[in-house]
Amino acid sequence: MSPAAFPAREVALVDLLDRLLAGGIVLAGDITLAIADIDMVQISLRALITSLGRTTRSGAAEPDQ
Amino acid sequence: MSTASYTYAVARPFNPTQAAGLVGVDGAAIHLVRHQDLVAVVSPLASADADETALRARLETLAELEVIARAHHRVVAAVAACTPTLPFRLATVHRTDDRVAQLLRREYRRFRETLDRLAGRVEVGVKIYVQHAGASAGAMSVAEKTDGYGSARAGRDYLRNRREQRDRRQHAWRRATTAAEQMDAVLAGLAVDHRQHRTQSAELSAAPGENVFNAAYLVDAGRAEELAARAQRLAAENPHVTLEITGPWPPYSFADSEERT
Repeated sequence: MSPAAFPAREVALVDLLDRLLAGGIVLAGDITLAIADIDMVQISLRALITSLGRTTRSGAAEPDQ
Repeated sequence: MSTASYTYAVARPFNPTQAAGLVGVDGAAIHLVRHQDLVAVVSPLASADADETALRARLETLAELEVIARAHHRVVAAVAACTPTLPFRLATVHRTDDRVAQLLRREYRRFRETLDRLAGRVEVGVKIYVQHAGASAGAMSVAEKTDGYGSARAGRDYLRNRREQRDRRQHAWRRATTAAEQMDAVLAGLAVDHRQHRTQSAELSAAPGENVFNAAYLVDAGRAEELAARAQRLAAENPHVTLEITGPWPPYSFADSEERT
C-alpha cells in the first residue's frame, strides 16, 4: 500500500501520535486512562521535545515572542 | 499468569491466517474476539501492567510510548490491509476477553455503522510548512554587534531589524495559511470527510520550517494517490510553502463519528 505519491519511509512518531492520541474511537475500557486529556498529551509531548532536542539540528528558528 | 485484554480495533471478520504471526504490545500474539459479524482484535497484556497507574507510567515515558504506539499501529495497519477496520484509541484495555465481547454486544450498531462508513477508505495526511529563511541568523549578527559597541544606533538597528523580521514572518505565515486554505478547499472536494489536527511544533517535527496546516482526508482507497498528487501539484505552484504527505493511513482520524463536524 505505497503508491508513488506517498513517501516510502518509516512513519514519524509525531504523525502517529496525532492519530493515536487524538484519533481512534474512544471507548470506556475497564482501565480508564483518559489518555485524551490534555495533561497526558502535554506530558508526552514534553518528553518528546526533550528527547528530540538532543538529536535534531540546532538551527531551528525560535518562535517569535 | 492472569492477563488483561488490549484491544486495537474492531473489524469485519477476516481469514485469521492473514494475521498469523502478528504480534502487538509487548510482543504478545493477537487473537480475535467474535460477536456475530464483528471481531475485536486483541492481545493479552500482563496484568502487572493492567492498572491505571502502571499503564499511565509507561505511556509517560517517551521510549515506552513510542514502542506501544508503533505496536498498536503495526496491528491496526496489518488488519486494515485485509478488512474494513475501526481503530481504537491507544491503550483501550479491558479486564478480560469476556468484557471485550460485552463491548461488542453493547456497541454493535455503532460499530457496524462506523465500519460501513470507513469500509474501503483510507486516510491521507497533508501538512504544509512555511520557511523562515535566515530569520534568526540576521537577528544574531546585529545582536552581536550591539554587544560590541552598545551605541544608540546599534540599538535602533537591532530593534528595526527585529521588527522587520517579525513582519516578514507574519507575512510569510499569512501567505502560507491562505495557500493552505485554498488547498484544503480543493482536497476536501476530493475527500469523503476531512479533519484538521493541531499544527506540529518545530521541535517535534523533523521537517524544516513552521507547520501551519496539518490535516487528514478520508478518501476511497482508489483515490488516495489522486488526492496526494493533487496536493503536490498545488504546492508546486506555490513557492512559499513546503508540502509533506503522509499515509495512506488506516482511518484513525475518522473513527469517532460523534466527533465529526
